[in-house]
Amino acid sequence: MLYQQIQSNKRRTIVLLLAFFVLVALVGAAVGYLLLGSLVYGIVGAIIIGVIYTAIMISNSTAVVMAMNHGQEITNADQQPELWHAVEDMAMVAQVPMPRVFVISDDSPNAFATGNDPEHAAVAATTGLLRIMTRSELEGVIGHEMSHVRNYDIRISTIALALSAAITLLTNIGGNWWFWGSGERRRDNDRNNSGGLQAILMIFSILMMVLAPLAAAAVQMAISRNREYLADAGSVELTRNPQGLISALRKLGGSEPMQDVDPSSAALYISNPLKNKEHLFDTHPPIEERIARLEKM
Amino acid sequence: MTIIIVIVIIAILVLAWIGIYNGLVKARMQTQESWSQIDVQLKRRNDLIPNLVETVKGYAKHESETLTKVTQLRQDVAAANTPADKMAASNQLSGVLSGFFARAEAYPDLKANTNFNKLQEELTNTENKIAYSRQLFNATTANYNTKLQSFPTNVVAGVHHFQPSEFLQVPEAEKEVPTVKF
Repeated sequence: MLYQQIQSNKRRTIVLLLAFFVLVALVGAAVGYLLLGSLVYGIVGAIIIGVIYTAIMISNSTAVVMAMNHGQEITNADQQPELWHAVEDMAMVAQVPMPRVFVISDDSPNAFATGNDPEHAAVAATTGLLRIMTRSELEGVIGHEMSHVRNYDIRISTIALALSAAITLLTNIGGNWWFWGSGERRRDNDRNNSGGLQAILMIFSILMMVLAPLAAAAVQMAISRNREYLADAGSVELTRNPQGLISALRKLGGSEPMQDVDPSSAALYISNPLKNKEHLFDTHPPIEERIARLEKM
Repeated sequence: MTIIIVIVIIAILVLAWIGIYNGLVKARMQTQESWSQIDVQLKRRNDLIPNLVETVKGYAKHESETLTKVTQLRQDVAAANTPADKMAASNQLSGVLSGFFARAEAYPDLKANTNFNKLQEELTNTENKIAYSRQLFNATTANYNTKLQSFPTNVVAGVHHFQPSEFLQVPEAEKEVPTVKF
């Protein structure tokens, strides 16, 4: 059951990542057409930008993500014994190396994991989480994060984060040129092309500019949503204690939004830190649904 | 021509045999490593207990019987030779300690002692780690034993006399879900 879920999640994730790359290529085509009059240059340029962004994020993700979320690293058990020991225990059962541990000073309970692979992973928890959770609840939350580490979800969400940043960059470039009217001059020189095709490409390019950031957000969310259920199941596999995670999720569900959270990292957290109500862009399945699935296990 | 085919087939079989053998050695090594994880935690707890006994002595007069029992069980854990015996003694010790920590709530002086609080966190941590490393041990044991029983690894295992690893029992008290009454 769990094994099948992992398999179908892996397949789905590959499809979603492909969709992401296609999206980057399409945006590149649109920008290329508007700026240079060439679809191919645009696609090549976009893929190069996407690959560079992904490479930078992968080589550096912990530092970048922790800086975005104001995480302070702790380096020994005395600073936060309960958190440190919970991470140590979960890393041991999950058979992954001890990750780096960060604390975020925020009264809203939340946690996330990041990094490129289990050897370079980091786990962060807010001070609010440490204040209100009992030991078994904390273990449930950390077990959830450690499942993300073990399943390589951290790498996928890192890549998704990089690609959506690349799309934002591309649409910004395209948007600026549009604004300064350089597209206008080029179009006058191209009058000998067939008018119908040109019009279609024009409309496609404008639509891409408007819709791509939304589509990127939707893909990022879809990747994250699937993986939350799997990490909940993985957490229970590690702790053997569904009750701990269930009561932790109840507490997370009833909490206030975080004070100062970077919106592009929202998908990383165990429960949505923004608490917004738009369901298309939900990064997380509803808490009630997650609890219901855990209760069935 | 036929001689080449025969040589190729033999070479493939030998390589497969080596691969399976190495897989078995690795799986057995993992069970031994996960046992040593447990052992490290048992030793750590044994190191902490004399401190606990010293700290508690002055505060909780009614607990002298518990302390004697803890000291005795600590020695049993250290003296036991087989994993099963060690864990049987360890499970008793865990039970006595968790009972004691529950009663310790009733000694305000003890609860105010920072040394005691630190020991309590360390011992709770060690108890958790014993439970989790036992879980890990059983997972690696299941992996290894499955290999011993499935084809074709069972043939290689039989020839080289690989012995199955024994599961560690989870104490009954830990399997029960605690009942909460309102």
